[in-house]
Amino acid sequence: MDKKRVPYSVIILSLGILLIAAITFSFFLGRYPINPSQLFGILVSRVIHIRQFWTDQMATILFNVRLPRIILACLVGCCLSAAGASYQGIFQNPMAAPDILGATAGAAFGAALAILQNQNHLVITLYAFCFSLLTVTVVYFISRKAQGKQVLGLVLAGIMVGSLFSAGTSYIKLVADSNNQLPAITYWLMGSLSGATTQTVTIVLLPMALGLIPLFLLRWRINVLTLGDDEARTMGINSTRLRIIVIMCATLVTAASVSVTGMIGWVGLVIPHLSRRLVGNNYKHLMPATMLFGAIFLLLVDDVSRNLLQTEIPLGILTAFIGAPFFVYLITRKEETY
Amino acid sequence: MSITVSNLSFNYGERPVLDNVNVKAEPGQLLSIIGPNGVGKSTLFHCMLGLLNSYKGQIKINGKDIKGLGVKDMAKLIAYVPQSHYPSFNFSVFDMVLMGTTVQVSAYSTPGKEQTKLVESALERLGIAHLKHRGYTKISGGERQLIIIARALVQQTGVLILDEPTANLDFGNQILVLTQIRYLAKDGYTIVQATHNPEYAFMFSDRVLAIHEGKVLADGTPSNIVTEELMHKLYSVDIDVQSLYKDKVRVCIPKIVIGDK
Repeated sequence: MDKKRVPYSVIILSLGILLIAAITFSFFLGRYPINPSQLFGILVSRVIHIRQFWTDQMATILFNVRLPRIILACLVGCCLSAAGASYQGIFQNPMAAPDILGATAGAAFGAALAILQNQNHLVITLYAFCFSLLTVTVVYFISRKAQGKQVLGLVLAGIMVGSLFSAGTSYIKLVADSNNQLPAITYWLMGSLSGATTQTVTIVLLPMALGLIPLFLLRWRINVLTLGDDEARTMGINSTRLRIIVIMCATLVTAASVSVTGMIGWVGLVIPHLSRRLVGNNYKHLMPATMLFGAIFLLLVDDVSRNLLQTEIPLGILTAFIGAPFFVYLITRKEETY
Repeated sequence: MSITVSNLSFNYGERPVLDNVNVKAEPGQLLSIIGPNGVGKSTLFHCMLGLLNSYKGQIKINGKDIKGLGVKDMAKLIAYVPQSHYPSFNFSVFDMVLMGTTVQVSAYSTPGKEQTKLVESALERLGIAHLKHRGYTKISGGERQLIIIARALVQQTGVLILDEPTANLDFGNQILVLTQIRYLAKDGYTIVQATHNPEYAFMFSDRVLAIHEGKVLADGTPSNIVTEELMHKLYSVDIDVQSLYKDKVRVCIPKIVIGDK
């Protein structure tokens, strides 16, 4: 029989509250203890002048270490989930993930190349970003030459070009200096937010906003696109143009994310699925829910990553450890009918 | 709104698919197009819907040439009902129908109250309001077909194109769907449908168009088209056409079965 869903507004509100709670909670976590009144004082002092009852070191840690990392975790989680949900819609495939068009493989190659050239952190990020966009552009132009179905051509071209860049990354690992370069590449590939600084946040903020805002605004139209090109066109949607716009936006946010964090798998697949369970498949509700959920998820996983052990656990490993078993649970669970 | 197709020809590469086809459908009329698989019915529909543009000839809706019209303008003139299908994602029935109103809202917004009302009245009209909150993939094929028809109705066009609306439906659902389509024609819609069943074409339509090898074989009233001679030409099998209930119904019986039994 009809199973009543929790109303959308309640879910969104709960996710919003949860996100704020998670952010507040994350401020306290770390090797250097800061208590709630100190945190409150430091934050308030930025707006109005009050007598300092905390150390300067606390303020530095809070603003230069924890804050950028928290913001970045939220942004990356939000971006990867939104990109995953978007790709799933336009490829009419619930298994699509942000790396479907080779964006992550390209970013990995770019980062490995920069590390091989002994570049600094900023250049590594830029290389990763540029190669990520380059890969998807190549994939797109190959697919335009492909015969037959447009969507299938894109996915196949994505697999081919992606594996080509992965082979390139493997070659770089082979020739890299095994004392310093190889570990750096390996660590980058495992994904981490440890390099988060105020500077990285400002660099990625623009491309992320440029991608996320259109995805959010166009979310209703993605629904229609999931029905296939012919149907979408007869309903007044220029499916070719809309698909390109969505691919561009999703690629932009994926590239921006992986260029600063390295490879973080599973988020773009698991979070949209969870959100579908929560609010249904209508992108009008799915997109905001998945954005919030992704931010909360990656923030909490990053908290574990930097606090569980003495040394930091790479984020990519954790998301896989959490994501894979969870996914098994999802696909074996009896689907609710309504 | 009427739709007129004049001297339409279409080639897929070198292969001609449609050759000088003429179709005319008027408001309040249900036109059924019959013919074997692969004779170009789908191509004809794709041309009429503006999905294919490289045709020769002319297609006019309400006297207006549709060639070169944008997707948005087309969606306001003509709506499409594909065969009942199974989408990748399980949308609610309400959301599925609401998608038909997309053309009425700007690119960056989502359908609002006005569109919700349209959806509710369309569901009411087709007698499927109770399905509103169900999942589209969790209901029967006949119900899914009615929902796609509701989606075409909220698009608020005068012309409806239906591609074999009874394909893959059980007997009861075929009759249910065709009856609703008949009502829509009676309410003034211009309806063009493809069908595989000459008996249904006879029973429900105002006019029947037979297409064979890309050409119009015959065009006329159901009683002129659903005849032994034409059915034999069209489907290349010997068919015995029997008239029942003072020619309100015609039954097509393959002769091969009668002989063997």
